[in-house]
Amino acid sequence: MNKKVLEGITVADFGNAWAGPLFARSLGDMGARVIKVESLKHMDVTRLLPPWEPGKGITYNNSGYYSYMNRNKLAVQLDVSTPKGLELCKKILEISDIMVENYAFGVMKRLGLGYEDVQKVNPKIIYVSMTPFGSQGPMTNYVMYGRPQVYASGMAYTTGYPDMAPLCLPTSFGDPVATHHGLFAALSALRYRSKTGKGQFIELSQWEGLVSIQPENIMDYTLNKRIRVRQINKDEFMAPHNFYRCREGDLKWVAIAVASDEEWAALCKVMGNPEWTKDKKYADGYGRWKNQEEMDPLIEEWTLNYEQYELAEMLQKEGVAAFPCLSNRGLVEDPHLNARGFFEEWDHPEIGVKKYDGMLWKMNRTPPRVERPAPMLGEHNNYVFGELLGLPQEEIDQLVKDKILF
Amino acid sequence: MPDTALSGLKVLEFGNLVSAPYCTKLMADLGAEVVKIEAPGVGDEARRREPFAQDKPGIERSGLYAYLNANKLSVTLDPSTAVGKKLFCELAGKVDFLVENNPPALMEGLGLTYEALEKINPMLIMTSITPFGQTGPFRNYKAYEITAYSASGYGYGSTACIREPVMPPVKAGGRPSQFSAAQVGSVASMFALFARDQIGAGQHVDVSIQEVMAGHYESAIEHWTFAANEIGGLTNPILQPMLPLECKDGWVFLMCIEDFQFDRYVEVMGNPEWATNELFKDRFSRAAYLDALWPLLTEWTMQHTKEEVFQKAQANRVPVAPAYNAEEIVNSPQLAAQHYFVEIDHPVIGKARYPGAPYTLSETPWRIERKAPLLGEHNEDIYCGWLGYTREELVKFTEIGAI
Repeated sequence: MNKKVLEGITVADFGNAWAGPLFARSLGDMGARVIKVESLKHMDVTRLLPPWEPGKGITYNNSGYYSYMNRNKLAVQLDVSTPKGLELCKKILEISDIMVENYAFGVMKRLGLGYEDVQKVNPKIIYVSMTPFGSQGPMTNYVMYGRPQVYASGMAYTTGYPDMAPLCLPTSFGDPVATHHGLFAALSALRYRSKTGKGQFIELSQWEGLVSIQPENIMDYTLNKRIRVRQINKDEFMAPHNFYRCREGDLKWVAIAVASDEEWAALCKVMGNPEWTKDKKYADGYGRWKNQEEMDPLIEEWTLNYEQYELAEMLQKEGVAAFPCLSNRGLVEDPHLNARGFFEEWDHPEIGVKKYDGMLWKMNRTPPRVERPAPMLGEHNNYVFGELLGLPQEEIDQLVKDKILF
Repeated sequence: MPDTALSGLKVLEFGNLVSAPYCTKLMADLGAEVVKIEAPGVGDEARRREPFAQDKPGIERSGLYAYLNANKLSVTLDPSTAVGKKLFCELAGKVDFLVENNPPALMEGLGLTYEALEKINPMLIMTSITPFGQTGPFRNYKAYEITAYSASGYGYGSTACIREPVMPPVKAGGRPSQFSAAQVGSVASMFALFARDQIGAGQHVDVSIQEVMAGHYESAIEHWTFAANEIGGLTNPILQPMLPLECKDGWVFLMCIEDFQFDRYVEVMGNPEWATNELFKDRFSRAAYLDALWPLLTEWTMQHTKEEVFQKAQANRVPVAPAYNAEEIVNSPQLAAQHYFVEIDHPVIGKARYPGAPYTLSETPWRIERKAPLLGEHNEDIYCGWLGYTREELVKFTEIGAI
């Protein structure tokens, strides 16, 4: 049972930042050999992004971001903008089954690493190109990150306070959406290749990925010509439906959502059936929905007497959906995530032992695993070019002297 | 030779709303055969969710349902009846994947746990997508999008984006947590398929919406474990600018995580005098003096429309995006050039445009072969065609409420 599911699969990771690196990381978690191709000219941007441990200085290797996004990978540092570097890069692609890139449209082609170029050296490769906007149309060459992408996608337009700026979620949310669309397509293509021997080119638009997960917003327009707008936490029909302050203080909330009369009765019971809940205007779901702005402060008056987890427990026991509003610290300390073994610790030569968020899914027979920490810049030059690709040591040394490898 | 990437794979879906249905939609669109189990008479909860065609509610009129379930076959089945459970087990015996998003306690109550189903079909891959996963103290906690969002860090994190003191958190529009978990479920299911070829057995894939979104909280966990930095409330992002800017007619979002990007944006603004100020010299310093920087940036954007700022910035390769609304998305020339939207004809909804392929594969199609099923539309195809029951038996099953 200890076999690695993707044993024998090699992945060339030209990912940068989040979407591409997470794609390759997940394949690495399942046992694929991932070779991350970087150079000082095209280094993964997260090598120089926070967080860092205070007082430790900033190096190419000690960013917490890079470290969590690049576990289970080998790294080569190769200047692909030189003819010799490009030749070596193609040697890596010759032994690769899947390659992924998430640069702006056209970057890989300019480097001589477009699908047509790569297909010539490896017709069976599955080439995944995660473009910002696709390859057709006026926005094709635009540059983008996953956070502004949330703005462009229509999601931010329906997120936030009506009289304030649209909110774009606290992350570059376009990235993981692209990652998993890309991964599903690539694994489907890998299955097709196992049946037919054929590789293929997969192209996705990160923008379209975000549009695809908002059918409510998009189809309200295509079906009803309605433009959905920001309405804070107001749901289509649920009420109460909000974040409520708790006893611990200003930045502690509990989220509560009520979808039925049954859940409403349960909430009232937990609150001790206060007089105001008997008001006719709250008697049915529509009344609660219509009068929720009046009702929310009354609920909060009650939640302020209890702590977050206490509220969740009291309410969940009676069948009401409620959960603390966890910060990043709150996540690390959450008893449930800890009981499930979500966090993992591993050692890294420059960082030491740290706790990281672990696997995005669990499997009972072939669980994903962390087998090695994120690589140092160029750490595996000798292994990849020497052991895997068979270059003699003198040639590697010369390449280092010529700054093709460094 | 198969014509689609997933031809020959059979999937049983026992789910509601978004997480299981989007997971199996991804499979169906690449060629898997998906049979969806729905509650007799009422069906998937998504059938009762907005938007409805022409704002007229009806179980065959939901745009959300129609989008998530095109390409699938619908059967009705109540597994709490003896006959229903038998049919469920027979279907589970015939498929490669079972994808479900029910509370673990419900599946246990029905006797439809992985341990039970693996005895019927050892090759079965069962993918469960639930708010808190299959193990741990909160496994049976109930969650809707807002509580899942709250559990993942995204709710608290939203307070850092708002940047006003003591503003409560805000859930994102739509159901991003459920969609994300669906995506991870689709990927992990494929891993289990490759594993099955190796170990000769199926397995149980356990996806927790809380974990997916906590894992999608972009290094926030490490901001705590590396630097004891709690993100939210009034904490400043470490790099700037990464912020919304108001324009004449809406908003744009500017993101310059590298210094050269900000230098280019300064050029776009016509090199204003203030940009040479020492306070704004690099990305860290701009974060420290954000309160001074923000109004200066806004002064310029307020003289332009969001589209003007977008086009000017992009012409100089600066990552800026306008806050588009649904109408602007649907009418986007880019999406038209990409042939992104698909038109689907449905007997009740009529012809409508739907979000289309999130990716293209050069050798195998993403395609819509059939509109979303009517409730129980394929009972006969499946119960007679797959399982060999007669039409008379189906009548009996219906009368006793099993289907």
